[in-house]
Amino acid sequence: MKTVEKQHDLIRSVYGVLSSRAETVSNFVNAESIFGPDARLVYKHFATLYFVVIFDSSENELAMLDLIQVFVETLDKCFKNVCELDIVFNFGKIHTVLDEIILGGQVIETNSTEVMKAVDEITKLESASSAISIMTKSVSAWRSR
Amino acid sequence: MSIMDNLFQRTLEDLIKGLRLQLVGESSFISKALEEIRREIKSTDPDTKSTALQKLTYLNSIYAVDMSFAAFHVAEVMGSSHFSHKKIGYLAASQSFHDATDVILLITNQLRKDLTCGNQFEVCLALECLSKIATLDLARDLTPEVFTLLASTKIHVRKKAIAVLLRLFNKYSDAVKVCFKRLVENLDSSDPQSVSATVGVFCELTSRDPKAYLPLAPEFYRVLVDSKNNWVLIKVLKIFAKLAPLEPRLTKRVVEPICEHMGRTGAKSLMFECVRTIVTSLAEYESAVKLAVAKTREFLIDEDPNLKYLGLQALAVVSQNHLWAVLENKEIVIKCLSDLDPNIRLESLRLVMAMVSENNVVEMSRVLVNYALKSDPEFCNEIVGYILSTCSRNYYEIIMDFDWYVTLLGEISRIPQCQLGEEIESQLIDIALRVKDVRPRLVHVGRELLIDPALLGNPLVHRILSAVAWISGEYVEFSRNPLELIEALMQPRTNLLPPAIRAVYVHSGLKILIFCADYFLSKKEAIISELPDPSLPAYTDHKPPSDFDHNKDLYVQSADKLADEFHLESGGETVSLGEISSSVSSGKKMALQSLFSLVNLVEKALAPFLVSCEVELLERARNIYAFSELIKQELHGCIRTTESISEEDKQKNYGVIKAMQDALSEELVPVSISAQERVHKPDGLILNENLSELQLICDDLQLPLPAIFSLGDRNSKGRIVTSSNIQEKGDLPLSNESTSLLVEHRKRHGLYYLPPESIDVLSNEYPPANDSKSKDYLNDEALDLAILTEHSLSSKKKPTHNKPRPVVIKLDEAVEVRDVVECFEPKENTLFGAVRDVLHGGDTISTLPQSETSVSGSRRRGKERISGSASKNMTSTENIETGKSSIRKSKTRLHGKERRHRSPGRNSQKILKEKTGQVAVGPLTEAAETSVIPDFLL
Repeated sequence: MKTVEKQHDLIRSVYGVLSSRAETVSNFVNAESIFGPDARLVYKHFATLYFVVIFDSSENELAMLDLIQVFVETLDKCFKNVCELDIVFNFGKIHTVLDEIILGGQVIETNSTEVMKAVDEITKLESASSAISIMTKSVSAWRSR
Repeated sequence: MSIMDNLFQRTLEDLIKGLRLQLVGESSFISKALEEIRREIKSTDPDTKSTALQKLTYLNSIYAVDMSFAAFHVAEVMGSSHFSHKKIGYLAASQSFHDATDVILLITNQLRKDLTCGNQFEVCLALECLSKIATLDLARDLTPEVFTLLASTKIHVRKKAIAVLLRLFNKYSDAVKVCFKRLVENLDSSDPQSVSATVGVFCELTSRDPKAYLPLAPEFYRVLVDSKNNWVLIKVLKIFAKLAPLEPRLTKRVVEPICEHMGRTGAKSLMFECVRTIVTSLAEYESAVKLAVAKTREFLIDEDPNLKYLGLQALAVVSQNHLWAVLENKEIVIKCLSDLDPNIRLESLRLVMAMVSENNVVEMSRVLVNYALKSDPEFCNEIVGYILSTCSRNYYEIIMDFDWYVTLLGEISRIPQCQLGEEIESQLIDIALRVKDVRPRLVHVGRELLIDPALLGNPLVHRILSAVAWISGEYVEFSRNPLELIEALMQPRTNLLPPAIRAVYVHSGLKILIFCADYFLSKKEAIISELPDPSLPAYTDHKPPSDFDHNKDLYVQSADKLADEFHLESGGETVSLGEISSSVSSGKKMALQSLFSLVNLVEKALAPFLVSCEVELLERARNIYAFSELIKQELHGCIRTTESISEEDKQKNYGVIKAMQDALSEELVPVSISAQERVHKPDGLILNENLSELQLICDDLQLPLPAIFSLGDRNSKGRIVTSSNIQEKGDLPLSNESTSLLVEHRKRHGLYYLPPESIDVLSNEYPPANDSKSKDYLNDEALDLAILTEHSLSSKKKPTHNKPRPVVIKLDEAVEVRDVVECFEPKENTLFGAVRDVLHGGDTISTLPQSETSVSGSRRRGKERISGSASKNMTSTENIETGKSSIRKSKTRLHGKERRHRSPGRNSQKILKEKTGQVAVGPLTEAAETSVIPDFLL
């Protein structure tokens, strides 16, 4: 519970910093005051969508900017021109995509085509299993009548 | 019921839609939804249950709703046979489970089952979950399964297994013994994704403890040379940035390929990483640094603010060893000071400050202060903060002209939005104490601030005013016009100050008043006792009090005249007796008049404080009030005839004033914080002994303690009283007595005094005051910073200053260095130990706490076997447990191999093929620290 609250505190502080930044300025923000020493923050926004990555000295700043690009590209492929609502309503899918790109804090895939391949497979598996469950359910429902 | 639930259950989408419709009262909607979820999650229908869990997970992540109550249900849903349910369960677990979750103990078998499952996506679910929540227990129990996956033919699984290792190593360092070899083998993999994941893991590991991974340098080197993948190259560069400082021979090898990458690549990210690696870890290679700086310049002139920002950062790193790099780009850097982007402005400010040296600090500071005046408050304070910290660095190292610096501090104090009052306050006082020569100027600067009523209205300046008020009181002898200072300290607007600072004001007022009174009275004594003046007897002997008014009018003079007189003598200039006598006749009456008005002013100003609720103020005000009464009496004594009041009374009053002045004129000097430590305890002294007998001894001794005790020989230090060589008869022996006592004490107990380094504190001579200011600098306002940096930085020679730098008293420099304590983190040590064991093959006992039971002990042995054995087709735990090959045997074998490699005339080609084994398990126990990297690389 405490950690979730901490998370929300952090999100609020980041929001506070980003919302006050002008359009034309750089995408890096000094995040040490929010996240502690050696924390860096890079963000990028596309219309109303903001993507924020927090990282440490083990990552390259420009590579992180590229990573946001990879993530957005993948989402674009997923949702055909991703918009705010896609992200709001596809909570699970966003996690699927993210899990393909980052695992345990490490970047494991940077090719959006590869990511999409895996995401498609997973989506297929999900719908197959839920289709079965709906069928069995309706059968059992019919029987119980 | 389950059907109804199922049919009418709100899906996650319904929940989100509902939430979006709530304009207000979101929380009541959430608590209603939560009620539903609590009911649904207990359902026996897996679909209902998982949907409920999905909604809960959503609410948890977006609205911070507590989901710890559902931990058991999470474990249930994880175990579902349907992939979609399982996925919901795993997401919930990743999100909500942590080390303190009890249920985590129940999911070990589920994870094991999924890790060994045929469906690669289910395996991945388990790996993803493990990478986030693995505890010590989970890591220990599931290491064999992850080990097996490291060799998976499915790349998708293998790369995730590799990435999970980082978490396993961190939680359970013995996992290193099992998995390290296979991890290293993956560096060699033909599949780029596995290599990428492996390099990523090593990058993280190396950043924590570079030394342990030095033996792997040949592997990394090969990746650096062969890889075409920018992500991999960036990670390898980061590894080398950590390794290079540890091994000079390594730097020699990597500098060339890194430069090649830097020249060849089109990717800015890789280029920047090359630049950063060179400037941080390979800074001694001039040619490489030159290339890197050239690339940095490309970044700096780019339109993209990101590149500009990073370029400035790289320049900041390079500036530590190669200041020329900043100089080469100074125009760009200075232009960035007025950039729109606050990040860029800040970085360029840092660089500009890096260019500041003792030669250009004056001009640079002026230009920067002008920038500060034009900037927004935030950046203004950044600039001022940097100026202050740069100038005060290492005991004001770069300040040659302290008069200039304190004037600058005064100027900065007047910047309305300056929020660094506290820092300025402490620097002003610090300088006042450390640098004697600057005190006259400090008092002058303080006066300018004190007499300005407008400053009192700005709370940000109050701390500074407090400092200058203290300085004015403490060093009042340097003031041109003490009367004006008192007026400033007592002005009505001081009621805007907080009580603590007003107390400082009042106390400083007291000091100045005492100084004035003492000055006047000592002068009077001088006139009466030493310099009988023809006009004097008429005044002192025959004029009745009523005539005083008349006389007074005659002699009323401006206070400024008096001030000038003060200044003359306080400046330590020799004033001939004749001059004194001529000025005294007129000055005396004038001074008398101004002293009267001064005392009246003080009494009037302090009247409200006599009933103040602030004790500090109340007490100080009462002190000064009582003192002013005393002065009045004394002054009245002067107005009447010296004979009309008893000699005794007069002597008493004057004695008190004198004593006060003596007490206050004692200089405050810094004392080393380690002064006490330097005192050696004499032999045979028991510090805790009861000292009650001391009283008897003291009675016998009958020390000739004077009633008024002056600690230092201050009277000979250019004080007014002594500068005119006039001393009150009764006071002289006292002072001499105490001085001789002090000298004797010092002789006997020399070690209790400050060491010779601070002897100048006690020396009786002030170095000559800095009156002739060097004005050979250009005074042009529009002078560009670029020009400033030009001559001063490129030229190594010291400038010729017109005057010597004043002495800055420093203490305790050695102590600070001594205080550095090395510390280690125990957990990292454990991992370090494990890695070292694997890499060096040392048979050292694991550093892990021996909490494992014999069962896990045997399992560990089993794991060791598998890590040593070459057979890779063992996939099940049973196989591991029954593995027959002995680690010791394989080690010995490798050891033998290694011996062969080390023999002269070796075939490097062959070694290259086998180095994985050598590096990973080959025992290098006999290898000295210096040759951790096999020689063939170097």
